[in-house]
Amino acid sequence: MSDPGAPPILSTRAFSLWYGSHQALFQVTLDIAARQVTAIIGPSGCGKSTLIRAFNRLNDLIPGVRTSGEVLFRGEEIYGRGVDPVDVRRHIGMVFQKPNPFPKSVFENVAFGLRINGFRGNLAERVERALQQAALWDEVKDDLHRKTGYDLSGGQQQRLCIARALAVAPEVLLMDEPCSALDPIASAKIEDLIRELARSVTVVIVTHNMQQAARVSNWTAFMLLGELVEFGPTREVFTRPTDGRTEAYITGRFG
Amino acid sequence: MVREAFEHELRALEGEVVALGAAVAEAVRGAISALRTRDAALAERVNRADDDLNRRRFELEEQCLALLATQQPMASDLRVLTAVLHIATDLERMGDHAAGVARLVIRMGDEPLVKPLVDIPRMADLVVSMLDESLSAFVRRDAGAARRAAARDDEVDALHDQVHRELFLLMIQNPSTITQATYLMWASHGLERIADLVTNVCERVVFVVEGVLEDLNQLRG
Repeated sequence: MSDPGAPPILSTRAFSLWYGSHQALFQVTLDIAARQVTAIIGPSGCGKSTLIRAFNRLNDLIPGVRTSGEVLFRGEEIYGRGVDPVDVRRHIGMVFQKPNPFPKSVFENVAFGLRINGFRGNLAERVERALQQAALWDEVKDDLHRKTGYDLSGGQQQRLCIARALAVAPEVLLMDEPCSALDPIASAKIEDLIRELARSVTVVIVTHNMQQAARVSNWTAFMLLGELVEFGPTREVFTRPTDGRTEAYITGRFG
Repeated sequence: MVREAFEHELRALEGEVVALGAAVAEAVRGAISALRTRDAALAERVNRADDDLNRRRFELEEQCLALLATQQPMASDLRVLTAVLHIATDLERMGDHAAGVARLVIRMGDEPLVKPLVDIPRMADLVVSMLDESLSAFVRRDAGAARRAAARDDEVDALHDQVHRELFLLMIQNPSTITQATYLMWASHGLERIADLVTNVCERVVFVVEGVLEDLNQLRG
């Protein structure tokens, strides 16, 4: 499945996070394997979105957030002094629950990240490659400058957002419930895309949909009340989980 | 408790597996009793009842498929459903062997037995009790009991060897016994196969409880 000797691309070490006085994550220690899909599952409020947002410092934007422990990207502490969160987010991209294209052309949506990063190469080529990677190119290539992000269907908008994230060539792509606003066909396309992307990018996906986690991921983390309860190969977690709480959750006997 | 309806359907499915197992045990007992008492009518009933066992196995299979398709079972539920698929098949095959013994009885007609039957009925008792133990281990989720039930396959094998030796000797001494002795060997072989299938059931019980597929025949080598 993955080379056990290969160093993880992303890790947390006893990572805790507080929103003001409320502790949302408790001592989470986890290694994310490079070029694999890792799914984070758990009931609402378990901390899975908080954890994925911690991976590219998105929680920094919320006032009163405090952390302890470490988040390491290629062995380097991303919460370290002198680390620019914008730089972190260039390496670790994010796709959100609801597609959020800009009210600009398809081309400009994808080119956006490259422009603000001062990219000086062949912009058209990079945009095309990102749209190819996001499996959207064939559907938009004739209207790149005519259609705006808003002219696309929900599933296409989400793939546009994936293309926008991929354009700056991140090493990790974080996806927070990327299919929850999509119909089953559009979701299935995104799932295929996730498997395809994992050839070149590390994918971490938060999902409410356990079947989706089972289908797309190599590794599954189960979280409950801010704690990482179980983490292992997806096949194991879904056929013989070791923790009774994981068993109760994935068999739907919770509460 | 969430998913009560699913839970209820799983329990009902297990109940039907146990009931099918009881019907198979009844078929084995009936076939051997028919053999011992040369009761062709009873043998005929056992043979005909096999159709019913086959039908019930297909029903179980369809119920499993429906639950797999509609409930997306995971973890232990998934293991139970795949185990039921296997166990239903194993039970149905045991039924086939019991019906095979019953057909031998019909073929033998009312020809007197070449020897009094001692070990074959003993094998049948053993096989039926292994089957009971395996299914009760399934319902109680008791991997230890399943392993103990499977271990008794050795006793069945030993009896089977003994029956073979005895019948060989008889055939050498008196070639006129060859036809019936061959039938009795087949009967003994049928029981031996049923015991092997019971160990398969035991393997599935271990899988349900512990999540590991382990060859219970192999281990005892």
